[in-house]
Amino acid sequence: MKMIPVETMINGDRTEFLCNSDESLLDVLRDRLGLTGAKEGCGTGDCGACSVTLNGRLVCSCLVLGVEVDGAEVETIEGMADGETLHPLQRIFIEEAALQCGICTPGILIAAKSLLEKNPDPTDTEVRYWLAGNLCRCTGYDKIIKAVQKAAAEMRAA
Amino acid sequence: MADGQEWVEVEASNFKQLLDELAIKHPGLAPQIKRGVSLSLDGVIYREAWFTEIGPENEIILMPYMVGG
Amino acid sequence: MALDHQAKRDFKVVGTRVARPDGIDKVTGKAAYGADITAPGMLFGRILRSPHAHARIKSIDVSEAAKAPGVKAVVTSADLASPDDEYYADIRDNCLAREKVLYDGHAVAAVAATSKAAAKAAIRLIKVDYEILPHVTDVDEAMKPDAPVVQEGRALENVPAGMSQNVTSHFEFGHGDLDAGFAKADKIIERTFKTAATHQGYIEPQACMASLGTDGRGEVWCCTQGQYMVRANCAEVLGIEASQLRVISSEIGGGFGGKTTTFIEPVALALSRKSGKPVKIVMTREEVLRATGPTVSTSMDIKIGMTNEGRITAARGELRYQGGAFPCGTVEFGAQAAFAAYDLEAVQTLGWNVMTNRPKEIAYRAPGAPTSIYAVESVVDELCQELGLDPLDVRLLNAARKGTLSAYGPTFNEIGLVATLEAAKAHPHYNAPLGPNQGRGLSCGFWFNFGGNTCVSLNINDDGTIGVVEGNPDIGGSRASISMMAAEELGVPYDKVRTVIADTTSLGFNDVTDGSRVTFAVGLATIKAARAAIQEMCKRVAKIWGIDEDAVLWEDGFAKPSGPNAGTHPPMSLAEIAAIAGNTGGPIAGHHEVNADGAGVSFGVHLVDTEVDPETGATKILRYTIFQDAGKAVHPDYVEGQMQGGAVQGIGWALNEEYIYGEDGRLQNAGFLDYRIPVASDLPSIETVILEIPNPGHPYGVRGVGETPIVPPLAAISNAVSRAAGVRMTELPMSPPRLLKAMSA
Repeated sequence: MKMIPVETMINGDRTEFLCNSDESLLDVLRDRLGLTGAKEGCGTGDCGACSVTLNGRLVCSCLVLGVEVDGAEVETIEGMADGETLHPLQRIFIEEAALQCGICTPGILIAAKSLLEKNPDPTDTEVRYWLAGNLCRCTGYDKIIKAVQKAAAEMRAA
Repeated sequence: MADGQEWVEVEASNFKQLLDELAIKHPGLAPQIKRGVSLSLDGVIYREAWFTEIGPENEIILMPYMVGG
Repeated sequence: MALDHQAKRDFKVVGTRVARPDGIDKVTGKAAYGADITAPGMLFGRILRSPHAHARIKSIDVSEAAKAPGVKAVVTSADLASPDDEYYADIRDNCLAREKVLYDGHAVAAVAATSKAAAKAAIRLIKVDYEILPHVTDVDEAMKPDAPVVQEGRALENVPAGMSQNVTSHFEFGHGDLDAGFAKADKIIERTFKTAATHQGYIEPQACMASLGTDGRGEVWCCTQGQYMVRANCAEVLGIEASQLRVISSEIGGGFGGKTTTFIEPVALALSRKSGKPVKIVMTREEVLRATGPTVSTSMDIKIGMTNEGRITAARGELRYQGGAFPCGTVEFGAQAAFAAYDLEAVQTLGWNVMTNRPKEIAYRAPGAPTSIYAVESVVDELCQELGLDPLDVRLLNAARKGTLSAYGPTFNEIGLVATLEAAKAHPHYNAPLGPNQGRGLSCGFWFNFGGNTCVSLNINDDGTIGVVEGNPDIGGSRASISMMAAEELGVPYDKVRTVIADTTSLGFNDVTDGSRVTFAVGLATIKAARAAIQEMCKRVAKIWGIDEDAVLWEDGFAKPSGPNAGTHPPMSLAEIAAIAGNTGGPIAGHHEVNADGAGVSFGVHLVDTEVDPETGATKILRYTIFQDAGKAVHPDYVEGQMQGGAVQGIGWALNEEYIYGEDGRLQNAGFLDYRIPVASDLPSIETVILEIPNPGHPYGVRGVGETPIVPPLAAISNAVSRAAGVRMTELPMSPPRLLKAMSA
């Protein structure tokens, strides 16, 4: 079976790759493009560790086929910082100890960024329900929610 | 046999001597000692330190070798 | 200069909230975890697993698979060595089944191929001829004399004759006169409890890349809680010398005890040796749930007698734990922890370990304790209900304190149980009003903690910065805490210290990261290594000043004359001393190797309010407060993180998580959809109260904190739910169907 050529935009960079029709976007990012920030925690769309945005929409990259992103825009964790300047969410996650092992962190940051773009002033409940698709086993979520709210406040004031 | 609660008398001045003596005097305990035991001395747990000194005033309890998660 | 062992009281760095060293890598996706590595010429490994709960392997035909496109090697257990030691033989048999497959998902064979797809296709071509055998998965069923036997001849000398061969060990301990004790009681409650197996649920599946030459020299990169353990296991299972194997621990995406053993590393090494190429294996989530190490499942009988005033007069516990298809010692820890919080005149605990056709158990935080303490704290709570007594007052009345003869043997030193109970009593949560269908529950919790084999090397760099080399994977933020302790001891700013985790070639042996031991033991070794470096620096300065070594002291990062008799010398900073190290004798370092003892136990109390929906049986956690004794909280954020994280794991265990086996002995819910762990929307904010009753065994008073938090939630929530629902629950998890059934009974 021949591989399929795909042309797409990843974190603002024009990117071309070849992949098989049954490869997920997650596989492509990690195995073909060297973008290992997105993680495979389950492969079935239940944990959110592979979260990216596709044309501005939050998705599990393990549930998207590589070929589906042809002509689309993908944003991953690698595109969140601007050079050496961390996004407020990234910086505040460190300050507020909102990560322990850090494996869920890229997915949660992408998801939180996506939330704040749509809803810059969410309630705690809205944050918790938005992040319900991102599993964390280390923190109990408490410091994560606080960090998202702190970043949201800083971003509103900016 | 009651694990660690059978009161026995042995002559020993450190943990290793205690274990060696116990295994000789009470052969039924030998397999457990071989598998690994920890020692509690006056409430402080010594996981496997042979040369921990023990004296006549000390409270000694044998416990299973500790692991965690 | 005199180096004393007193716990310091005026801390400058310890106790503050600094940024962790791996933070930027982790928030930008740069950090390299187990699966994030590649190597030139790398092959992909894939494991074939048993679809049967119990079967004899009559033959394995790998010929078709070996010829399949892209396949470079196929291995079975025949490619592994035969360790004499039973412990390693079991690990070997678990990595690749030998004569029988013992559980659904047991590894049987593996291939290495040039692509993931080729490997996946190739394992389907391996033909295994199975003779299916009867299986047993329930702990009580497996104890029956006529139960299918999982393995023969594994019973220890302490098992009475005539029992099923599945019973591998038995013990009893206690003190006092039980009959007399129960005779004194005004009320006795006796209950049987059952808990299902759960999984640690780390979000990162096991992953490794291994390379092994035919000369026995190799390298492994893997996510693990112990690179030295991986080295030891692989050396025994592959039949190679440990010193020839270099194991590098990657960043780890969660462990909780589940990564304190090896599943795939020996297989990857065997494939690499056969193919001549590096081999990468990454487990799928389904494989993780089916074939790594869940907890035990249990069946427990608890009997406790209490006076009308709330004094416990006697207690007895009989625990039956199953740890899967290999002998397991967890029931002993469960038994020892069960009554640890109480000062008891008469107590007896018995335990049995039983084998079943399930995956081989491994630790999950405080192994064995959450379930046994769940049962004990449930009965204590029910006694409080029956006698109309306040649950906290009863705990205080019976609490173990310094000088108490513990239920598991030793007499307690300085412990923090009473302090945590009093803190709970004084907290506004305890007296907050409750509404309809709401209930409040509490539980004590406890874990022993220990120290273990530890090596630390501390280097004073020529630029005045400090390099700490230690051998324990960081699963909770320990690198920050280790750096803090080094900074504290040396008197330099935190950001001058960098702590790295060594591979197995760079340091002597280190026990795995478990037992809540790292902040305690690695911290202690770091402090001692720092003191050794300080001693060397003072020696150098004494020479420069032409005075006695004893006349130089170290204070706030400077070498100073110790008194007027030492003469007038301007203090020399660490950076100044480091800059001229070459002139004064050479590079300056300190190191410390120890099998650390003196770890302090950590007690905790959890308070929880729940609301039960009478129509659906769903439980909502309304409010949760944790009180725990940390001895000395080196980095309060990380201590809080352990408390909150452990509590939420306990919430999942209490309300929803369980291994569900079908009649066919196969795991029914091997994925995160149906093995449902708590999500953000399930939970309220969790308040933490840290108490500090210093541990005399550590220079700063540190106690391990990581494991205790998973212990109280099971009973705290069961007690809250039982009160909210108006019926005593005795089975975990208290999922909605179970709760509905109990409420309508």
